[in-house]
Amino acid sequence: MTDSSDSSTVKNVELRELAGQKYKYGWVTDIESDSAPPGLSEEIIRFISAKKDEPEFMLEWRLKAYRYWLTMKEPNWAFVHYPPIDYQKIIYYSAPGSKKGPESLDDVDPKLLETYEKLGIPLAEQKMLTGVAVDAVFDSVSVATTYKDKLNEMGIIFCPFSEAVREHPELIKKYLGSVVPTTDNFFAALNSAVFTDGSFVYIPKGVRCPMELSTYFRINAANTGQFERTLIIADAGAKVSYLEGCTAPMRDENQLHAAVVELVALDDASIKYSTVQNWYPGDENGVGGIFNFVTKRGRCQGRNSRISWTQVETGSAITWKYPSCILQGDNSVGEFYSVALTNNYQQADTGTKMIHIGKNTKSTIISKGISAGHGQNVYRGLVKILKSAEGARNYSQCDSLLLGDKCGAHTFPYIDVRNSAARMEHEASTSKIGEDQLFYCQQRGIAPEDAVSMIVNGFCKDVFRELPMEFAVEAQKLLEISLEGAVG
Amino acid sequence: MLVIKDLHAGVGGKTILNGIDLTVNAGEVHAIMGPNGSGKSTLANVLAGRDTYKVTRGSVTYLGDDLLAMSPEERAWAGIFLAFQYPVEIPGVSNLYFLKTAMNALRKHRGEEELDAMDFLELVKKKVDLVQMDASFLQRAVNEGFSGGEKKRNEILQMAVLEPRLAILDETDSGLDIDALKIVAGGINAMRAPDRAMVVVTHYQRLLDHIVPDKVHVLAHGRIVKSGGKELALELEEKGYSWIEEQAGQQAVVGS
Ligand SMILES: Nc1ncnc2c1ncn2[C@@H]1O[C@H](COP(=O)(O)OP(=O)(O)OP(=O)(O)O)[C@@H](O)[C@H]1O
Ligand SMILES: [Mg+2]
Repeated sequence: MTDSSDSSTVKNVELRELAGQKYKYGWVTDIESDSAPPGLSEEIIRFISAKKDEPEFMLEWRLKAYRYWLTMKEPNWAFVHYPPIDYQKIIYYSAPGSKKGPESLDDVDPKLLETYEKLGIPLAEQKMLTGVAVDAVFDSVSVATTYKDKLNEMGIIFCPFSEAVREHPELIKKYLGSVVPTTDNFFAALNSAVFTDGSFVYIPKGVRCPMELSTYFRINAANTGQFERTLIIADAGAKVSYLEGCTAPMRDENQLHAAVVELVALDDASIKYSTVQNWYPGDENGVGGIFNFVTKRGRCQGRNSRISWTQVETGSAITWKYPSCILQGDNSVGEFYSVALTNNYQQADTGTKMIHIGKNTKSTIISKGISAGHGQNVYRGLVKILKSAEGARNYSQCDSLLLGDKCGAHTFPYIDVRNSAARMEHEASTSKIGEDQLFYCQQRGIAPEDAVSMIVNGFCKDVFRELPMEFAVEAQKLLEISLEGAVG
Repeated sequence: MLVIKDLHAGVGGKTILNGIDLTVNAGEVHAIMGPNGSGKSTLANVLAGRDTYKVTRGSVTYLGDDLLAMSPEERAWAGIFLAFQYPVEIPGVSNLYFLKTAMNALRKHRGEEELDAMDFLELVKKKVDLVQMDASFLQRAVNEGFSGGEKKRNEILQMAVLEPRLAILDETDSGLDIDALKIVAGGINAMRAPDRAMVVVTHYQRLLDHIVPDKVHVLAHGRIVKSGGKELALELEEKGYSWIEEQAGQQAVVGS
């Protein structure tokens, strides 16, 4: 199904005039960084691994991934277009100044803290009040993790990935690559070879994590790729909600972000993973911006387990991302709630895969795509129901909203059902913010810009209500900023 | 309050309004009647500022200002309200939130303080009673899944909350059952005030039984072809429009 807006009723001239959005997070922090030379080789991988004081098994794992990656081709099936990426020009390791990881907040470079302040994530302990523990990843290293002690008491591990590799090798060995194998896809293989940091979470049996855990990613240095790795394990009966936010400075050249996130939920465990992705989208002519090629996947390994992905994607020049669930345990539940907005020349190809293996597994997909300017928005989803998935159910709803007549929305829902008793429901719609709706709002005194953001927020409501309160507000504001001037 | 002179307007080169002259004073209620397609909704929309319609000639002054120079929202801020013949649905936006946004937009532009959620809720509850609507409608998305009659009632609720100075009601009575008609008419009557004017577009005398107009105008082929008092509506009910159109046609011939 492909729809391109051709509405003459929407006021295109004004749409174009107003299509200048501003990126609020576009400053660069001036910190001397400790970087590897550009390029990718076994040497660089050894360098990264050494920098991180990694045990031998980790280096071996990376090298294996790298060697496999060399045999792979960059995928080209997605509905996105970009100039070829020169993987030898990218810097694969860049750490802010100090050589060792900080011991406490006092050791953190004040300029970094300032950066986070600007981002609105004070690392200071007051954050406790809002119940968020933050692991902040700045370029390639994790700079500070708050509330570690408090979480430690409950047996919860929440730490930079590199620390987990050193201190919890048994968990890493057991789970790393268990959901997204190194051979999974081109970008996942690349990430496995060169990932520099990320977050690690382990929630022990029966523990409900008392606060939202959160990571904030920021790409600062030029020509740097960011390859983080996140692994979250919820042991039997455990429960956790995890938030991820991202920004990057404005730069004319494109920057690559190829992350891998793996989630594992054991019996009766539940993981809620929320993302507000606001990487720099490039300017109004499509110059610059982040290439966001991310592999996110969760395994509902245990009975009655649940994994829920909620994403609000407003940033990046290109987004290529399909947070997925493998529903292995009987009665397990997978959910995907997504808002993807593309303005100017942004392109997004996003969606999910729900793989039903266990009995009575259930999945819900709600995708809201918003296209403005010359933005292209693709929903690509797969619902696969294996023969073993007796009583499986899926509900999918994919809605697209178009603002203007230069943008596009495309929906590719793939369905593969091997069990005839499965129940599937699919709904899709494409609509335009009509002149009718705008005029109705204006007649009531609501200015066009406010009307658009109100209508768009209404359109996204089913997804926003899945977000933790704090994030929902941020997401709404982001949409507003990203759409600034998209309609007159 | 409202002075329309020689108003010509159309869409895509097609003329729909063909020289409208109309003066509405504060405190008055004017009824506009006329056959389907005669231009009643077009007139209402042009007054509200819908830019689908291009004004090709004439002028409109409202409270002494050039209305045609104002954007739709500026007109709303200045107190113009249009109850739509076909109210629009806005999925995912609650009726209450929509009303509050509208209300506060108006207040802001009039230099008044915005109402907080509690005060606003209190105010809306009163108005909901006025139009005898179930409060559950406030939580539903604007007009989404509302029946035809419910949509019309919702328009009156909005009018009651926003308290315009000039209300233009485009066939708000169409599609209402007998009880709803009485309630809506009651709501409209309750809003009659010396500093407020209303232009009521309708096809039926039965609305005018409840809302007694000061003037009745008949629109045909984009012109007001006859004006009179409330008796005119009764006459129309009896004889239809053809006699007036004939009369108007003769006048046009004479006039040329
Ligand atoms: N956007 C438009 N494009 C083309 N023609 C239009 C448009 N709007 C109105 N018209 C035409 O102008 C004429 C007047 O329409 P209008 O809606 O004003 O009539 P009306 O008097 O309100 O009729 P009714 O009693 O049926 O509501 C009709 O012939 C209609 O088809
Ligand atoms: Mg009409």
